[in-house]
Amino acid sequence: MPLAVQFTQVSRTFGEVKAVDQVSIDIAEGEFFSLLGPSGSGKTTCLRLIAGFEQPSSGSIRIHGLEAAGVPPYQRDVNTVFQDYALFPHMNVLDNVAYGLKVKGTPKAERHSRAENALAMVALAGYGARKPAQLSGGQRQRVALARALVNRPRVLLLDEPLGALDLKLREQMQVELKNLQRQLGITFVFVTHDQTEALSMSDRVAVFNRGRIEQVDTPRNLYLNPATPFVASFVGTSNVVRGALAEALSGSPAPFSIRPEHIRLGAAGPDSRHVQVEGLLRDIQYQGSATRFEVQLDSGQLLAVSQANDSWQAMPQAWQPGQRVQAHWPQEAMTQLQDTEAY
Amino acid sequence: MHSDKAPWGLRLAAWGGLLFLHFPILIILLYAFNTEDAAFSFPPRGLTLKWFTVALARPDVLDAISLSLQVACLATLIALVLGTLASAALYRRSFLGKESLSLVLILPIALPGIITGIALLSAFRSLGIEPGVFTIVVGHATFCVVIVYNNVIARLRRTSQSLIEASMDLGADGWQTFRYIILPNLGSALLAGGMLAFALSFDEIIVTTFTAGHERTLPIWLLNQLSRPRDVPVTNVVAMLVMLVTMLPILGAYYLTRGGDAVAGSGK
Amino acid sequence: MTPLRTLSNVLYQRPNLYLALLLVTPLGWFGAIYLGSLLNLLWQGFYTFDDFTMAVTPTLTLANFAALFNPSNFDIIVRTVTMAVAVSLASAVLAFPIAYYMARYTRGKTKAFFYIAVMMPMWASYIVKTYAWTLLLAKGGVAQWFTQQLALDGLLQAILGIPGVGGSTLSTSHLGRFLVFVYIWLPFMILPIQAALERLPPSLLQASADLGAKPLQTFMQVTLPLSIPGIAAGSIFTFSLTLGDFIVPQLVGPPGYFIGSMVYAQQGAIGNMPMAAAFTLVPIVLIALYLAVVKRMGAFDAL
Repeated sequence: MPLAVQFTQVSRTFGEVKAVDQVSIDIAEGEFFSLLGPSGSGKTTCLRLIAGFEQPSSGSIRIHGLEAAGVPPYQRDVNTVFQDYALFPHMNVLDNVAYGLKVKGTPKAERHSRAENALAMVALAGYGARKPAQLSGGQRQRVALARALVNRPRVLLLDEPLGALDLKLREQMQVELKNLQRQLGITFVFVTHDQTEALSMSDRVAVFNRGRIEQVDTPRNLYLNPATPFVASFVGTSNVVRGALAEALSGSPAPFSIRPEHIRLGAAGPDSRHVQVEGLLRDIQYQGSATRFEVQLDSGQLLAVSQANDSWQAMPQAWQPGQRVQAHWPQEAMTQLQDTEAY
Repeated sequence: MHSDKAPWGLRLAAWGGLLFLHFPILIILLYAFNTEDAAFSFPPRGLTLKWFTVALARPDVLDAISLSLQVACLATLIALVLGTLASAALYRRSFLGKESLSLVLILPIALPGIITGIALLSAFRSLGIEPGVFTIVVGHATFCVVIVYNNVIARLRRTSQSLIEASMDLGADGWQTFRYIILPNLGSALLAGGMLAFALSFDEIIVTTFTAGHERTLPIWLLNQLSRPRDVPVTNVVAMLVMLVTMLPILGAYYLTRGGDAVAGSGK
Repeated sequence: MTPLRTLSNVLYQRPNLYLALLLVTPLGWFGAIYLGSLLNLLWQGFYTFDDFTMAVTPTLTLANFAALFNPSNFDIIVRTVTMAVAVSLASAVLAFPIAYYMARYTRGKTKAFFYIAVMMPMWASYIVKTYAWTLLLAKGGVAQWFTQQLALDGLLQAILGIPGVGGSTLSTSHLGRFLVFVYIWLPFMILPIQAALERLPPSLLQASADLGAKPLQTFMQVTLPLSIPGIAAGSIFTFSLTLGDFIVPQLVGPPGYFIGSMVYAQQGAIGNMPMAAAFTLVPIVLIALYLAVVKRMGAFDAL
């Protein structure tokens, strides 16, 4: 399958700052690909490099096999949904959606009917005559989506498109976006700093940190087999154990990650191959579907433990902060990490 | 605090201050209708419209009006072009000398007009250019540029950069983006800047004194009347007209730029 | 590809060329016409003027600049600067209550009304405003009528009798000239102060009151210090505009040159362009010094 977008050793520097540092990515045709990372990690710059708003300082970007350097944004077969939507305030919704067709010289009748169709696709049929200022945040978001999709781009770039929406609407739009992508078969490149969003929507996710890519993988692999301490702690929560304690527990000096929900409180069975530790219970937080415990091991290491409240009954054992507890986990739950800095 | 009632002393001072600012203007409006033909006496003995007919039949008045309109239109046109180009160049990218350039644009209204005036005069003399309409327009355009520049750059800064990127992303090249996105967004700022520049040019006297040669713009005509106080009633009528021509654009500009940037260019 | 699209592509790939194209006309205009004229003027300040033949020769000399310190010329400078300072101070005192009222006690329509009511006199024709004052201050004019009606004749005569302030009549007195200057430049002081006060968050005043300050204490300790940048910004206008003016001194007040009228007379009636050029350096230097002072007061942030 041909690659939709291919980055080879791409860097983008602004003065002294390396916004994007030696990044290589292959995004397949029809893939829902997310760029995940904290703000300033280089993910948005990568998106802007694909759109053509920025030019790489070095390296090569190919879009559908064609070298993109020097090609202005208006001659690229990609469209963007902007974080602030960037709807043209002086045009009504229909003209906004039809704009891309207009500047390409599509006849008026055709561009209006295509724009109407695009609006219907995002459930905004009949809103064409309104001005962007008369729409709610969620509606503006859909107009921005329709405005990009009406051009039938081969790659759609989405720059934190759901960031400004409230939680309920965001979850609804996540489902709609994913369905739309499946239905249209377009490559989506989705920028977000929300790891839940990235995990739940994407085929694959690239995790960015300080301009570099830490790991590219499927959501499941990313969570279960994080490659670096950064990925382990940025994607979900994790206990990263290093140094002498790591060697004592896992037999290797490399740091390892253990997820809080994979740890059990109490003593392991006598015949199990579980790792057993002991420490002081510092804190208990009831979080509804789970309860979170904070255990300080004798080495000083803090361990977060999460126990699902999956019984309708009260917690069988009444833990008290300040008491000594034991905890254990299976050998296989530990993931060995590269020895780099954490988040 | 906002909802509190102001102390009466403060209210008196504020409204008194407004009265002080407007009283002389009201006096001009009143005197234009004065029946008497030679006195400054107050209160006027009666009111009449006859001086308007007299004033508008005077060729020297009409010539001055037509010259001032001509100069103001030309200066505004030049200021619109130069001011827009300068703001487009300066609003986003930073480059060597950017700060000095924006300072130079402001200099003609920041320095006393007399300096601009005499500098231009001596330059025209050195180059052997005869003072006339051309030299007046050059002087006016120079200090009007910053008015347009301030209005346009304020609007450009308010226009989200992502609108321009969105346009290019949707397939519009630089020219199409300018025509469909930037220009419609700048429209009212250009109009406001143009109106203010027009008012500023129409009223300007200090620089004009140096660059006009034998030409008489309306303010110069007025000044000449003052140093030779004859036909006071005609002067009063013309004064009122000039007053209105310079005050009305400020209202228009205010409504055009309302909601965001204040009417830029507070400096005359 | 259309020519416009080709041009767009070329400019897109060469942003420096695009910038250069935008800049060439304004830069040419201001560089050649404006800065060129200013430098030419300054250069002429070094030329020699022959008092007998009334001719200018391009022999370079510092005599013109030295002549600025002649007692008679120095008097002109002192007189002008004194007036500019007095006008700035008076404008600040008059402007503050208006600005304070606008910023703190008006909202919505009333605020817009005040704003326009200050902007209109500011933009209204300068020469007409000056003319209006010659009408107001003239013998038998409005000012005289009012003082008579209010039976303040005696007081007015007493004030006009003070040397250095008064004069034979209002329209030929220092006081009259001062009034006209204050009137004309007052709006330039109101708006920056208002803007500075507008930026002052009400929570600061509430915090001050909450910490036990009486309203006057809050005003002196919080409001006034935080409005200093606005006052300084406004004074840039009142100071420099008064400094360079030559029309008001010519029409109102006692005889005696101001810097502006001296420049005007030197280049016009006397024909001594080198001396006029040297004189223009005075306001430039004074304003530069003044800007350096008010910059430290934060005036540039309040512009």
